[in-house]
Amino acid sequence: MAAPLTLLLIVAVTIRAALNRSSLAELIAERVEVVSPITAWKRVIEGLALLDLGVSPYSGDVFHETPLIIYLFHFLVDYAEITFMLADVITAVALYMAVKDYNKQVFRKQKFSLEADRYPADCRELIRTPKEMYYIPLKVAMFYLLNPFTILSCVAKSTCGLNNAVIALFALTTIKGNVLLSAIFLCLATYQSIYPLTLCAPAMLYLMQHQYIPVNFRRASFWWFVAQYLFMYLGSLFVIVCLSFFLLGSWDYLPSVYGFILSVPDLTPNIGLFWYFFAEMFEHFRLFFLCVFQINVFFYTIPLCIKLKDHPVFLIFMQLAVISIFKSYPTVGDTALYLAFLPAWSHLHRFLRNNFLVSCVLLACSALFPVLWHLWIYAGSANSNFYYAITLLFNVAQILLVSDYFYAFLRREHHLTNGLYLKKKDGSEATLVLK
Amino acid sequence: VDATWKELTNVLSGIFCASLNFIDSTNTVQPSASFKPLGIANGTDHRFLRYATLPREIVCTENLTPWKKLLPCGSKAGLAVLLKSEKLFHSSFHSQAVHIRPVCQDQQCKTMSLELRQTLNVVFDLHTSGQGKREWSLFKMFSRTLTEACPLAASSKIYIDITDNPQEEQFELSPATPLLSQAVVLGDRRTFSVYDLTQQVTFGTVRSLNVLIRWKSTEGDMLRPLLHAERYVAGYGLQTGEIHTLMYNNHPFRSFPVLLLDSVPWYLRLYIHTLTVTSKGKDNKPSYIHYEPSKDRVRPHLLEMLVQLPPHSVTEITVQFERALLKWTEYTPDPNHGFYVGSSVISALVPSTVAMNTNITEEQPLFSTFFPCKEESSYFVRVYTEPLLVNLPTPDFSMPYNVICLTCTVVAVGYGSLYNLLTRSFQIEEPNPGLAKRIANIIRKMRGVPPL
Repeated sequence: MAAPLTLLLIVAVTIRAALNRSSLAELIAERVEVVSPITAWKRVIEGLALLDLGVSPYSGDVFHETPLIIYLFHFLVDYAEITFMLADVITAVALYMAVKDYNKQVFRKQKFSLEADRYPADCRELIRTPKEMYYIPLKVAMFYLLNPFTILSCVAKSTCGLNNAVIALFALTTIKGNVLLSAIFLCLATYQSIYPLTLCAPAMLYLMQHQYIPVNFRRASFWWFVAQYLFMYLGSLFVIVCLSFFLLGSWDYLPSVYGFILSVPDLTPNIGLFWYFFAEMFEHFRLFFLCVFQINVFFYTIPLCIKLKDHPVFLIFMQLAVISIFKSYPTVGDTALYLAFLPAWSHLHRFLRNNFLVSCVLLACSALFPVLWHLWIYAGSANSNFYYAITLLFNVAQILLVSDYFYAFLRREHHLTNGLYLKKKDGSEATLVLK
Repeated sequence: VDATWKELTNVLSGIFCASLNFIDSTNTVQPSASFKPLGIANGTDHRFLRYATLPREIVCTENLTPWKKLLPCGSKAGLAVLLKSEKLFHSSFHSQAVHIRPVCQDQQCKTMSLELRQTLNVVFDLHTSGQGKREWSLFKMFSRTLTEACPLAASSKIYIDITDNPQEEQFELSPATPLLSQAVVLGDRRTFSVYDLTQQVTFGTVRSLNVLIRWKSTEGDMLRPLLHAERYVAGYGLQTGEIHTLMYNNHPFRSFPVLLLDSVPWYLRLYIHTLTVTSKGKDNKPSYIHYEPSKDRVRPHLLEMLVQLPPHSVTEITVQFERALLKWTEYTPDPNHGFYVGSSVISALVPSTVAMNTNITEEQPLFSTFFPCKEESSYFVRVYTEPLLVNLPTPDFSMPYNVICLTCTVVAVGYGSLYNLLTRSFQIEEPNPGLAKRIANIIRKMRGVPPL
């Protein structure tokens, strides 16, 4: 499988290099759907320029990256394009290896369940075969690398690409079972934007199952493992935070980076829900709704963990999706990361209900974003409501997509335990509903 | 210092009926090099210095009236009787200023006192108000003539610049006056005819003074300043833009440094890495840059640069900015008018063509000694560029309730679908029996008989 992967990497790098050389690069770097105040490359250059002028980059309100990024790009600013292409390649290869490993484990678990005769007799169609699972890792890498969202993000040199790379490495090390590296990569991801904190729970669940520790609150080994993981995670976070302090000599970056993400002072339009809401918010209720919106991101962790405790990798997918939709400054790069996981659940396609609607809406919205932005900002013939409406539609489509996959996953699990062709009491064909 | 600054702006706002109380931290900066205290101040610690502009406010009659009240005779006697607002504001340019500085009370400088200096600059357009005839007079401009000097004034003089008119070939000045004065103004030696209002002979037999100038020829050289500047906003659309500042050095062979102070409001986010300074097509690196980036809703950008202007050239300074979307309450009631950016201040020591007298004597006209010069070969000038008007993208102001409802609906859609999937499980649906059957079942249950 190395050869097709290499070919895919070469094609992806060629597309990105070609776009970088063309005149579209500056155009794409300015688009608000692709860059946000946190991830824009222009702001990284501005931060470096401020540092050269002798002013702290965090004394103003333009630069919101972490000190490690300043340090990294201090040396790499001339090779920025290569850095971001390399980040994309690393993400794709990490996702490839992670999904390959995951497939192996899924197949092994399925084999044991088949031998233990746990599946009802009519579920033959739902059993996954190695043949169908063979090309999934390649498809995952392809979905990530050739996704127009990712390509745009890379050409715009949005630091979202680096964040995606770290999260992909976290997924790889978690699935491989390496506790220390998983904690370190998760800590790096959290350090850059706070939201990957919610990925702690699926990581812990997966690693516990990998090491055959029963997930039971009453057992001491459970708490011992939780304590170990949290110690490694919080320890590396503490180390990195202190390292950042010593890099620039002050704690200025804490309110500039984390305070900015949490309190959303900058209302630059993006594809998320926050900007227009807080632009039109009554001042009196601002703090209340800010808390509501931020809690909304973290709030689904525990219920999802309880429901999906046997399927931690799907839980990682769900968490990534929730973060990408509800975070304070989302960009299309965040969407591209969880969309890359979709081929891993391609066996669920027979239970998906909304795939046509969702794909149409996503395509239409992606096409309409630049049009309505142009009409509002340059032509002056539309106003902000048009762009806001498309934002709403895009987010509704994403929510539908995620909940659809969740529904299909749960339904397949139900069928695997209760049989595929269900009959009502009088023997006729039954319909399944959620009650 | 900030507390006393706030007090000062509020007090001045009350005294001058000007909206100076709108000065707060969002438009105040601390320049490091452009401004120095005048008079005999001791230190030049720039931490005590504050500079603020309110570009949106205009000067009007309400500001002139309290300004006139500060004069010792008010508008009852002396030159101030000419200052009637309906004629004064019918002009192309109007500027009033109040300066306070500590000065020595006497030659030995043993005691210090505060000097209050009020200046009023008005530019009348000869043609638009002169009804075609090329003559102007005090009566035509102000619809009043002077009858007496203010009794409290130590000196009350009118100066007419007659440097270009030595033999009366350009214009004729009446009534004639024997008094002449020479002074170096802005590096140029000018000759002035002086009308001394404290002398009774000035008023003549009619006991009123109406200075009249009748123009004979149409030629005349325009005084071209050695340093002037202009500023404009380039770019299209409501997302980004570029501020261009052009500084002209008209001196034929001398180059001199200028200090540019730019205070840009926080909602135009400057990108200092895009700053370019070019003179005559080549890059001109400033020797001193002091940049204080803005903090959203707290303080504006401050950019101070020392640029060397080569002789007979135009220096262009460009910097890109991004326009921010503000909260709907932060827009002015007419948001599509735009937002004003205050003028840049250019302070320079311009080399003068004439050696200047560094002694401040009593005979010199008041207007020539404002910025005392320490050296003979250059004079200090401060040039203000025009303010800019920039449009910002606006949200729809009629929509707060709708936006809250719609966004919360989308969040609720997400919450609702995930809640359903998390709390409910799959069950086989039993079809609901018809209404009659259901009622029958209820009756059967009550009777204790098995249902249908």
